[in-house]
Amino acid sequence: MDAVATATPAPKNGRLARTFAAYGQELVVLGSLLAVMALSGAVNARFLSENNLNSIFSGNAYVAVAAIGMSMVIIAGHIDVSVGSLIGVLATISGTLAVRGYPIWVAWLASIVAGIAIQAVNGVLVAYARIPAIVVTLGMLSILKGGLISATSGAWITNLPPGFLLAQFRLFGILAPVWFAAVLTVLAALWMRYSALGRSIYAVGGNPDAARAAGIQTRPTVVFVFALHGFFAGIAAILFASQLQVIQSTVPPNLELNVITASVIGGVSILGGTGTVIGSTLAAVLFAAIGSSLIFLNVSAYWLKAVLGLLILVTVLADMARRRRAF
Amino acid sequence: MTLSRLLRHETILAVLVVVALVVLAAQSERFFTADNLLNQGRLMAEVGLVALTMTFVIVTGGIDLSVGSMLGLSAILVGVFWKNVGLALPVAMVLAVGAGGLAGLVNGLIITRFKVPPLIATLATLALYRGLAEGISQSRSVRGYPEWFYGLGQRDAAGVPVQVWIMLVAVVVSAAILGFTTFGRATYAVGANETAARFAGVAVDRTRLLVYTASGLMSGLAAVIFVSRVSTTRSDMGTGLELDVITAVVLGGTSIFGGKGTILGTVLGLALIQALRSGLSLAGVKGDGTIVVIGLVLIGAILVSNLFGRDGDG
Repeated sequence: MDAVATATPAPKNGRLARTFAAYGQELVVLGSLLAVMALSGAVNARFLSENNLNSIFSGNAYVAVAAIGMSMVIIAGHIDVSVGSLIGVLATISGTLAVRGYPIWVAWLASIVAGIAIQAVNGVLVAYARIPAIVVTLGMLSILKGGLISATSGAWITNLPPGFLLAQFRLFGILAPVWFAAVLTVLAALWMRYSALGRSIYAVGGNPDAARAAGIQTRPTVVFVFALHGFFAGIAAILFASQLQVIQSTVPPNLELNVITASVIGGVSILGGTGTVIGSTLAAVLFAAIGSSLIFLNVSAYWLKAVLGLLILVTVLADMARRRRAF
Repeated sequence: MTLSRLLRHETILAVLVVVALVVLAAQSERFFTADNLLNQGRLMAEVGLVALTMTFVIVTGGIDLSVGSMLGLSAILVGVFWKNVGLALPVAMVLAVGAGGLAGLVNGLIITRFKVPPLIATLATLALYRGLAEGISQSRSVRGYPEWFYGLGQRDAAGVPVQVWIMLVAVVVSAAILGFTTFGRATYAVGANETAARFAGVAVDRTRLLVYTASGLMSGLAAVIFVSRVSTTRSDMGTGLELDVITAVVLGGTSIFGGKGTILGTVLGLALIQALRSGLSLAGVKGDGTIVVIGLVLIGAILVSNLFGRDGDG
C-alpha cells in the first residue's frame, strides 16, 4: 500500500485525479507559485528578470533546506521550535571558526556536526525521556538563544574569508543555495518514499503503536530523524551565514515559525504521518515570490506581513476544505 | 484522583521555588526585599495575565501562538483609536481590549468551524495580527498620554503595583473558574477526551470558542497595561511573548496534550521564572544567561516530574 502520500483515499477516476489526491497540496502550492509569478511578471516584466528570480530562489533557500528536516520531524509526529536559534548558533560557530583561520571545510563541517549533536539531544529527550517535543525544544530554544547572546553579546562577525561565502558561489549561473535546496529536496523526497528507513518515518508519525508492532524501532527512529533535521539545519546555517559579508551573531527573529509555516503550507500534516518535503520547499519559494511580488506591485512595505499572513490563512483554510471534500 | 496525586508536579515546583528563593537570597541581600519582589511582580504581570488564559487553552489540548501578536495589535490600537481617530482614551482602551477579544474569537472560529489544528491556525494569525499591527500603525509609535493613564502600569495602590492587584484578581477568578465551575470541568473534559466529552453532552466547540476569545481579551488587557508601563505604543510589542507564556504554563505542570493542569501550577511556574530572572541578574549573571537557566529548568522540571509520576503522557 502506498502509505506515503495518500492522506486521502484516492478517487477511482483516473491517474490525474489520483495524482491530485496524493500530491494535492504540493500542486496547490506550485499552482499558486506559478500564478504569482505570471501575474507579477505581467504587471512588471522586471519581476521575471534573472536578477530578481535569482534573489527569490536563493534568498529563501536556507528556509527551504531547514524545512526539509522540519518536515521530517513533523511527519514523525513531533515539532521543533528551536531551529531558528539553532541556525543562529551554528552560523556563529561556523563564521567564528572561519575568521579565526581554521580551514573553510572545518568551519562548514563544524556547523553540520554541531547541528546533528544538538538535535540528537532533543531527539533523546523526546524519545527516551518521553518529554513532549514542544517542551524539549522550547527549553532548547532558551538555552541556545541565551547562550548565543551571552557568548557574543550580539557582536557582528566581519572579515569572513571569501572562500567561506558558500551562498555566493555559482554553478552554471545559478547561485549555490538554489542548488542545495533543489538537490537536497529531491534526494530527501526519494529517500523518504523509497527507502525502508525513510518510510518508517511516516509509520512512526502515522501510528506509533502500529509501527512498533510492525517491528520498527520507534525510539531510535525518532532520535535519527532529529539528528537528520540537525544535519539540514547545519547546511541551512552555512547558507544563512554566507549570504552577506557579515554574520549578525543573534537569533534570526521568527525563523522557526517561518520554517514550520513552510512545512505546514507545503502539506505536512501537523498531526504526523503525511506530507512531502517537495511541498515545503515549494512553499518556501512561494513566500519569497509573494514577498518580492508585493514590492513590485507597490504594496506598502508596512502591509507586507499582513498580506502574507492573510495568504497563509487562506491556504490553510483551502487545504482543510480540500481535505474534507476528499473524505 | 487524590489531592496528593493532583499536586505532585505542583509540589516539586513549590520546592524548586523555595530552593531558588533561598539560594538567590543568599547570593544578594537586595533580592529578598519588598521593593525588589514588588518590582518583579510589576514586570511579570503581562506575561502572567496571558499565562492564565493560556492555561485554559492548553488544558483543552490546544495552543495559542498568536498571543504576542494580539498584544501588539491591541497595543497599537490604543494609540490609533486615541490619537488618530480622536476617541476618548478610556473608550480607546476598551475598544483595544475588545479588538483583542475579536482576534481571539477569530482564532476560535478558525479552529472550531474549519477544524484547523490550533497550532497551525494561531501560527497563521500570529503573522496576520502582527502584520495588521504594522500596517495600521505604519510602524509609527504613539506617545504623550495623559498623566492618569500611567497609573495602570507605573503607580502603586496600597504599596503594591496596580497591575499586581489586577493580576491577583485575575488569578483568583481564573482559578475559581477552572477549579469550581461547570465551564472549568468542560475545559478539562475537552482536553482529556474530546469524543467522550461530546457524548457526555459537553458543548465542545462553545468551550473552545470561549477559551480562545478569553485568550485574546487577556492579551488585550495585558497590552493596555504594557502601554501604560512603557509610556508608548510600538507595533513590535509582545514579539516572542508566546514562548515566555507557554514556558511558564508548561513549567507549571499543565500537560501540553491537554486535560491536566492548574492555575496554581502556572502561578508557581511564573514565580520560579521571575525569581530566577531577578535573582540571577542580581547575582551578576547577565540577562541572557538567565534565559539559559530557564530553559534548563523547564526541561529538568518536566524530566523530574516524568520520572516520579509516570502516569500517562506526562
